[in-house]
Amino acid sequence: MTLISQISFVLVAAFFGFFLARRIKNIRANIQLGRSENRNDNPDKRLKNMFLVAFGQKKMFKRLIPALLHLLIYVGFLVINLEVLEFILDGLLGTHRLFAPFLGGFYTFCLNLFEFMALGVVISCVVFLARRNLLKLSRFWDAEMTSWPRLDGNLILIIEIVLMAAIFTMNSTDQILQERGAGYTTTGTFIISAQLMPLFESLSTQALVMVERFAWWIHIIGILAFALYVTYSKHLHIFMAFPNTYFANLEAPGKMVNMPEVTKEVNIMMGLQAEEGSAEPPPTRFGAKDVQDLTWYNIMNAYACTECGRCTSECPAHLTGKKLSPRKIMMDVRDRVEEIGQTGEQNGKSLLGDYISKEEIFACTSCNACVEACPVNIDPLNIILQLRRYTAMEESSSPADWNNMFSNIETNFAPWKFPAADRFNWSKKS
Amino acid sequence: MSANNNVPTMAELAAAGEKPNILFWVGCAGSYDQRYQKVTQALVEILNHLDISFAVLGPEESCTGDPARRAGNEFLFQMQAAANIQLLNGYQVETIVTACPHCFNTLKNEYPELGGDYEVIHHSVFLQRLIDEGRLVIKEGGSFKGRKITFHDSCYLGRANGIYQAPRKVLETLDAELVEMKRCRTTGLCCGAGGAQMFKEPEKGNKDINNERVDEAIDTGAEIVAAACPFCMTMLSDGVKGKGKEEEVKVLDLAELIAQNKG
Ligand code: SF4
Ligand code: SF4
Repeated sequence: MTLISQISFVLVAAFFGFFLARRIKNIRANIQLGRSENRNDNPDKRLKNMFLVAFGQKKMFKRLIPALLHLLIYVGFLVINLEVLEFILDGLLGTHRLFAPFLGGFYTFCLNLFEFMALGVVISCVVFLARRNLLKLSRFWDAEMTSWPRLDGNLILIIEIVLMAAIFTMNSTDQILQERGAGYTTTGTFIISAQLMPLFESLSTQALVMVERFAWWIHIIGILAFALYVTYSKHLHIFMAFPNTYFANLEAPGKMVNMPEVTKEVNIMMGLQAEEGSAEPPPTRFGAKDVQDLTWYNIMNAYACTECGRCTSECPAHLTGKKLSPRKIMMDVRDRVEEIGQTGEQNGKSLLGDYISKEEIFACTSCNACVEACPVNIDPLNIILQLRRYTAMEESSSPADWNNMFSNIETNFAPWKFPAADRFNWSKKS
Repeated sequence: MSANNNVPTMAELAAAGEKPNILFWVGCAGSYDQRYQKVTQALVEILNHLDISFAVLGPEESCTGDPARRAGNEFLFQMQAAANIQLLNGYQVETIVTACPHCFNTLKNEYPELGGDYEVIHHSVFLQRLIDEGRLVIKEGGSFKGRKITFHDSCYLGRANGIYQAPRKVLETLDAELVEMKRCRTTGLCCGAGGAQMFKEPEKGNKDINNERVDEAIDTGAEIVAAACPFCMTMLSDGVKGKGKEEEVKVLDLAELIAQNKG
């Protein structure tokens, strides 16, 4: 009997392990579709950012109550997963509560702590479900929140509740079995699940063992499936938040990324620099039309996005009914990169045009509200500006007003149509 | 006011073999926009009042290239930048003061990589420093004493460069009652002009951003909306006018408020 369950466990773990490894490789490759960019400077500052923003969830705390509930789920999830270690060892070795005899009273303490956390997770998940579906918080129901993103948000909360329910069931039945002397390792009382014991006490010992084993399997398969599911879902942020905050922009948010290839051309044009044999090949295009034109960090951003909509709910363009939504920009980048990753080809589509329209990017005021709002330091503005560069420099498809502004600057050195000679007239007025 | 007319240019000073401590970068709006010319003049008045050694580029000044860059035209931006940097380096400029957050951001953050390294100070910070040093003194019981003022954060000053305190400290010296809008500082709402929006019609939507912002400003009950950016000034003034409130609510720049109340 134990041998069969050991073998089943190894098979189940190998199954999930295989798909998980494949998926991780796949995401890595997708991120590497982006242009290279060095973000390894200042490791101290970067580590500090990661510690504060990802681990310490600093930016979540702009909204206190969701931040506290989110923290509870997050810490609860981390702590409870320590127990998974015991699950895996038990599964492989065919043991039961392997750590209990070694840890004694400390084991009882730890499991009570886990149960306490688990209860917190359940409560938070219930509140979050209500917030999404009963309160209908507008940022969870915007246009880009089509059925899958909405389902994804709900599904994860429900899975977490099921996982926690399995833990309680298992611990509760386990304690009854201990009392009945069914050969279960003694552990001391687990306060919360002990409250559930009356529910199961009428069952026969045999039925109890079945329920206990069933809950054990549900929990461990649930955890493994969860790990795989996460990689296809917005919940990837559980992991991606860390590299994403580590590699985040360290300069003033107002600074636009320079294009050295343009600097070089301008300098040659103005006679400030001699034309030399080109050391590097010229870029394939100016600005970004598709995801390969973005940097790897832009794509990593897309994988780290939790679709929370904090960016969009602060965006002045979105707030006044324009089509732009910074969250949608991030979701589009991710969808497009997934499409290329899956089909392995270009299929004639591109990010700009098939996913993101010009109307959207032209509505941005570059106000940085989205960047400031994002709890994992994602920078949608950086992507928008790269797309605009493509429209201006490759397509000359900027709005007519902007084309006029460009020619004003070229001829009058000011964005308005005033003669350059009048620039200093203000000093003569009183 | 004669104080306004004393505006030396870099070229004049250079011809006389002199170099000012500060270059006042006026910017396109400060030069051409009729409303913002008043702000330029107010700042000149303060500079002259305190006998600060400064000069402007005058007719030699040229757009920093900010709107071209935000609209995506990197070539045009870099042409402007290269020309300006040549000029500034030619005059061996070290310190620049400007009343435009967009010029400020570009000069401070984007020119160094292209060979233009200067100390760049926005006028809000410049005024605050003068007040802190005790050089700029505000009249006791000035004309704004006890009146409600709200400050509109410019995106390129606040979120883009982390300057939130300086303009508020300057306003505090007026002894006015400083009230905050619902969205302020890091969550301050854009006026709608940034990212080259100033130079085009807004995209289709259900409201103009400046009207949304002006509603918020009016809700505070403030008589004065203080701004520190030429584009915010235009957008907010238009919004207030659109609501027919230009008598009750005035949009003024920090420099104007200080110039009117300097001791
Ligand atoms: S920077 Fe652009 S996308 Fe981001 S909040 Fe501002 S207007 Fe919206
Ligand atoms: S970009 Fe950031 S703020 Fe916007 S939805 Fe994604 S995680 Fe949330």
